Amino acid sequence: MKYVDEFRNPQLARRLIDQIRSTVSQPWVLMDVCGGQTHSLLRNGIEAALNDCIELVHGPGCPVCVTSTEAIDFAQALARRPGFMLASFGDMLRVPGSRASLLDVRAWHGQQNDDSTCDQVGHVQIVYSPLDAVELARQNPTTQIVFFGVGFETTVPSTALAILHAEKLGLTNFSVLASHVRVLPAMEALMLNPETRVQGFLAAGHVCTITGFEAYRCFAERFQVPVVVAGFEPLDLLQAILVAVEQLEHGLTTVSNCYARSVRMTGNTRALETVERVYEVADKSWRGFGVISGGGYQIRETYRSFDAEKRFGSYRDLPITAPDMCMGADVLSGRIKPPQCSFFGKQCTTDHPLGAPMVSSEGACAAYMRYQTRDSAASVS
Amino acid sequence: MLLAHGEGGRLMRQLLRERIVPILGISAEEDAVSVEIGANELAITTDSFVVSPLFFPGGNIGSLAVYGTVNDLSVAGADPICITLSLIIEEGLPFELFDRVLKSIAEASQECQVSVVAGDTKVVPRGAADKLFITTTGVGRYRAAARLSCHKLQTGDALIVSGPIGQHGIAVLAAREKLNLHPAPHSDSANLSLVCSALHRELGTHLRAMRDATRGGVSAVLHEWSSASGMTMKLDEHQLPVGSTTRGVCELLGLDPLYVANEGTFVAAVEPSALPQAMAVLRSFPVSAKSQVIGTVLTKMSSPVVIERLLGSLQPVDEPSGAPLPRIC
Repeated sequence: MKYVDEFRNPQLARRLIDQIRSTVSQPWVLMDVCGGQTHSLLRNGIEAALNDCIELVHGPGCPVCVTSTEAIDFAQALARRPGFMLASFGDMLRVPGSRASLLDVRAWHGQQNDDSTCDQVGHVQIVYSPLDAVELARQNPTTQIVFFGVGFETTVPSTALAILHAEKLGLTNFSVLASHVRVLPAMEALMLNPETRVQGFLAAGHVCTITGFEAYRCFAERFQVPVVVAGFEPLDLLQAILVAVEQLEHGLTTVSNCYARSVRMTGNTRALETVERVYEVADKSWRGFGVISGGGYQIRETYRSFDAEKRFGSYRDLPITAPDMCMGADVLSGRIKPPQCSFFGKQCTTDHPLGAPMVSSEGACAAYMRYQTRDSAASVS
Repeated sequence: MLLAHGEGGRLMRQLLRERIVPILGISAEEDAVSVEIGANELAITTDSFVVSPLFFPGGNIGSLAVYGTVNDLSVAGADPICITLSLIIEEGLPFELFDRVLKSIAEASQECQVSVVAGDTKVVPRGAADKLFITTTGVGRYRAAARLSCHKLQTGDALIVSGPIGQHGIAVLAAREKLNLHPAPHSDSANLSLVCSALHRELGTHLRAMRDATRGGVSAVLHEWSSASGMTMKLDEHQLPVGSTTRGVCELLGLDPLYVANEGTFVAAVEPSALPQAMAVLRSFPVSAKSQVIGTVLTKMSSPVVIERLLGSLQPVDEPSGAPLPRIC
């Protein structure tokens, strides 16, 4: 398969690993920002092949993981309202809110008799694109379709496009519960934390495909860290790691693009224009991080009729009824690795997740649970 | 009850182990069981089909019901004789659709040389079922060759898959979610009775076990086998046959073909010396022409199923815990 197989060549991968090994003089700490990269590093055994010479810590780039509990609870409440249907990406469904997941809500599960908002089975529909949700609204004119808009800069353009499309169709039964986040402010928040150990970044290739990487120049300069835009295939990641450690070894702190087949410096200008039209940058509550200044997007006043929060009540004052035991914030900020969490693999498993990082296909804990080489010491004959 | 309880993975096995098996006192290890009637021993299986949409590229609920039942008997070491058919129909189902399903059942049963000997129809109010559900029972005669069982797996046995994996699940997903892919992915839904019978007769005791890799995919079969035999199933990622369409869809949506359902593909465990013979038999049938050795049975390690990845690292293959959900970006 083109663009896949050539970036998974085992011989080239081994050669890059040798190059990285011969380049490093000390155990540099690199952060892979995106959860997709974390999964690829673990699935392909790259982290295991390099863990004695560099330390890879995993960043906050898992859209499902950083979606606030309040937003998930509000989405569930909307799904349970008569005449409403919540449209969501599949990966969001298993994420626990303060007491249930959307999957539970859909199965009429986890309901509490003492809460009148919970006596309804929730209508939750998996969609593959925000435009599918617009189509649902068109086909079901008497149902309020709320699209749960989560994700980083990568998914914001398609949600913006869906709003513009719904406007064009004159739909009044389509809205977006916008919980979109921006990755750069989170990286800044990480670097401003005096405890951070991160010495270099592998930036999220898909986010940069939209945003470009111009903005990272100031970041690299301000915090004196190299930033290497990285893809998701094994060779993409190994190449990016090599470039990052070369910079560190030579005392350089510049921005490099190792995902040039997808990322341009200026990004996708049409996508950015679409986002700019519909959304504006806003402070955002991140699960485990708290409010990050400029950490997300909100729908502009012009499009308020498509803003589920403005139409159906805000979740910001919704009470959180269960304590969040998940140590996801420590994992997502690279302070600990998933196996260092005291709940990992014990109270918290993929079947009974305490938090989103154990659920999502981009969550770091799920990656360790799924790919950690428990048998790596055993020889294979 | 969650949808995941019916997806062939960990929750389904838990449901069987904790509720169904203790309450009903039945065995739940093979796709068909042996029932003695006088001096005769019959293989019995039962299955329900609730696929949506009813028609999908490469098959429909009718042919699927016949093949699925026949395949369950075939992999368990029996040649199918007859099936029964129970239809639960939602009020409002167009007769035209109903006729097309019935014709497909007739054609598939003729192809598999099984007769439909009994049936039942129930019509339920709109909304009480999704268009059409089919429940079957299949009766078969055990072949004279040695009995197959996942308890017979031994260290060093070769694991074979009879064709490209994940096709059915992806075809149904694409049809149900209207993904508009070109070319549309096709289901592998097919009759496996001829190839299973030939393989069993040719290999005799050198064939340990067969299982069609339906819900939960190849991963679910290997987890069941590991749990029954107490051995570890080791796969080689490079050897897994995955068609380019399936692979493309899986790459896009973040799904792993190891967990995706098949309806005309089975896994076999074979004594290593009989491997060339097994491959020759398999490759002589169109339905298994692309069969492939995918791994080996090893003595027990801490993970029941492991896979060798790109750089030679060995990683656990988790048991499916529910329907795989597509990723966000």
